[in-house]
This record gives sequence, structure tokens and C-alpha cells, in this order.
Amino acid sequence: MDAEVARRERPSEFDIELQLLLDAIFLKYHYDFRGYARASLKRRVTVALTRLGCATVSQLQDRVLRDAALFQSLLDLVTVPVSEMFRDPAYFRAIRTDLVPVLRTYPSLKVWVAGCSTGEEAYSLAILLREEGLLDRALIYATDINLASLARAEAGVYEVDRLTTFTDNHRQSGAPTSLSDYYTAAYGRAVFDRSLRANIVFSDHSLATDSVFAEVQLVSCRNVLIYFTSPLQNRALGLFREALVPGGFLGLGAKETLRFSAHGDAFSERHRTERLYQKRMTA
Amino acid sequence: MSRSGSHGAGVEAIVVGASAGGIDAMSIVLPAISEAFAGAVFAVLHLPRERPSLLVEIFAPKCRLAVREAEDKEPIDARTIYFAPPDYHMLVDRGPALALSADPPVHFSRPSIDVLFESAADVYGPRLMGVLLTGANEDGAAGLEAVHRAGGVTCVEDPATAAVPFMAAAALRRWPGHRVLSLPALADWLSAVTAGNPA
Repeated sequence: MDAEVARRERPSEFDIELQLLLDAIFLKYHYDFRGYARASLKRRVTVALTRLGCATVSQLQDRVLRDAALFQSLLDLVTVPVSEMFRDPAYFRAIRTDLVPVLRTYPSLKVWVAGCSTGEEAYSLAILLREEGLLDRALIYATDINLASLARAEAGVYEVDRLTTFTDNHRQSGAPTSLSDYYTAAYGRAVFDRSLRANIVFSDHSLATDSVFAEVQLVSCRNVLIYFTSPLQNRALGLFREALVPGGFLGLGAKETLRFSAHGDAFSERHRTERLYQKRMTA
Repeated sequence: MSRSGSHGAGVEAIVVGASAGGIDAMSIVLPAISEAFAGAVFAVLHLPRERPSLLVEIFAPKCRLAVREAEDKEPIDARTIYFAPPDYHMLVDRGPALALSADPPVHFSRPSIDVLFESAADVYGPRLMGVLLTGANEDGAAGLEAVHRAGGVTCVEDPATAAVPFMAAAALRRWPGHRVLSLPALADWLSAVTAGNPA
């Protein structure tokens, strides 16, 4: 029985190598994945081994330490979840109908899209705020740890074949305008309106290692926290709590919840099904 | 605790996957799980992403265990059947705890059976049982093999009688040693194993 327990708890070679890889990446490149949820990370690193032609994680570590370009490839494989514009249209409909009347009362508005990846969510919120006449007085901070993703986000160019989904989502979000008002399509690509970007600041920020940089009225961070362990989730939620004004709003992914978090008490449920929370006035 | 994993003793968790025809198949299999089973059950059923999931409403009245849709970082309760939510992968992480992911579809599927089975095999090893039912794609074949390789017990619905045989057949092509049972026999076996009387 004791031998059985010991065997169960002994980490596999892969687990040992993965731990060492994360330490190496942190020491060399200052990216901290040590607080990432292990099951998804293992899956992504397994995919990376195949894509990057490595037989073992140790081999990957050896190459990553000596080749910054290879590290960027690994970073892309480990960090980029594909998103869509207006993903979960009901979320944006709830922001439109329930939060906008409150957001309208602020003379100037700051929004933080944390973990913005290639920018779909940031542009969605910019379009929504423009439709509601609020974009001119708003500033959207769109942050991510992957500089290559941020560059793509800043370019605001998406493959045309993704637009059908974007357009359907946008329509279902209760939009008063057409998505085609905001982009020009040419050569298989859609270029989003430069003027949307005037109110978006794309910048490098890590929820694992950086601190709060501004006071905001709305944080939207969807399907980012699912990749974190509970301690790192708590760190990130602590940042959101600190950044939000009293009464400010926090939007999470459809299956993310504050129920198991250390910061649950600092927020009330504003819109249960769409996972919109409001920071308590006293928090 | 018995070390002979091959007969289902010492099973702490069961993973079940199905695609086309899966609601009917799971309606026979999941209710067969005994209330005496002290472990957890994780189920992936491929569904169109747009539809709000009614799986809990469909299965809760039929099953002897509690039925819930998984939430991220939810601690795993014993005597509970967890369904993957639509448009997310469901994984078992260290703890054990539930984890979700919005990573790209695997075999055009999110949730994917492979993703669940492989992560659960990693955490539970020989104390896991994997069951693959009807389906029209090969999702689950690699996952069931992973359950077997980790020392777990595996079973597929007999392709000869499955509503759609492709999924089980794909699993058997990867590893022919999975136990093959018709749906009623599978339900009886699962019932016996979870009641503590493995055949």
C-alpha cells in the first residue's frame, strides 16, 4: 500500500522536465508559466514538441535556452487561444443593456482587456462603445504577455473567412449597426477601421508578474483565468480588484466563476449567466 | 485496495465519451452507475456549440448520482457525474480538480473526448475506467489508448451494435485489447463494477 502511494505520487519524467523547462524560461526570459494549470499546459507543450521537432521536453529546454526565436515559437504555441469577435454574443448584449447605462455616467471611461491575445475582444468592445456613443471618451487598455500577439492585435487585420462568425456574433449582440461599417475587406483580409485603434492602447503586461497600472471602470478577462492555477487566479483577480473603481465591473468567461476564489467576497453578481460581476463599494 | 486494475476494483473515476447517437447510449450507461460508487464520473458528449446545454436536465432525473456541468477549478465531488460544457474542453488536473480550456478543437470537437481521457489518465492512472460509446469520428480513440497505457480499465461499445460504429472501431484499431460489450452488457458490467462486485 505504501509502495502504491509512493508510486502514485512520484512525478513522471515529463512532469519533472516540464517543471525544469518552466524554471529555465523564467530565469532566461522572465516569463512565468509556473502558475499555469498543469493539465492544459502539458497538452500545449506536447503539441509544441511535435511542431518544433523535439523528442523530449529536455531537448526543447536545451534549444529554447539558446535560441530566442525558438522561444517565441514556443510562446505562440503556449499562449495563443484563438478567440472571435463578440464571442458569446449574450455577454456583449448584457454589457450593452445592463452596464452601458452605468458606464455612461462616467465623464471618462477606462476599460482593461486583460489577456487580449490578437485583439478580437478589444475591437469588439471598441465597436460596442462606439455604437453606444462612448468610445470618444473611452480608453481601452488591451494587454497580453505575447509581443507577437500584441503586434497582430495592433494591426487589426483578420482573415476574411472568420468574418462570417464575427458578423453573426455581432448581430446577436444587439448591435444597432453592421460590422461591415468597421472594416475594409481586400485580398482575403479584413482591415479594421484605424479610428477604433485611436482609443485602444496595446501593451505588454503579465498577470503573473506585473502590477496594476491604471484605475478602470470595466475589466474584461475571458477564458484567460482557466489556464491559471488557483493561486495565480487569485493574484490576477487581486489586480482586477485593485484596478477597478468601487462599483466597477468585471467580466469573466462563460464557465469562469469567482465562487472558488479568495476575492469572491469583494464582488457581487451583476449578471449571473453572463458572468458579469460588480466590485462592492466597500471592497 | 486490489492491484489488479484489469477487473475494475479500486476504480476512483470513470470517463465516458460519445458523439453521434450519444444521448441515447449515455441514457443507458450513466443510469447504470451504482449509488454505491464513491468516485466521480466525467462525460463528454459532442453537441453543436450554439445550443444551450440541456444535458444536466436530461440526465439528472435518470441517474443515481448527482449530475452537473463542470465549472473551472471546481473541486471534484465524489458521487457526481460532470458533463463538459459546450465549446470548452474539460480536463482533470492535479488535485484532482476540474479544469476547462478554450484551446482549439481536437478532431473538430470541443469538448474533445481525447483531451478529457488523456488528462484523466495522467491524474488517475490505473484507478481510471474509460468507456467509449457510439460516434462518427475518431475522437476518443487516442484517449482510450492513453487510459489503457496508464493501467486503467477500458471498454468500448460493440461496433456491431452501436448506433454509429466508427468511434469504437477507431479505438479498437489503435488497440484491439479493449473490452467490447453491447450497450446492455456494458450497462450491466458498469453497474456491477460500481456496486463493488466486478465480474
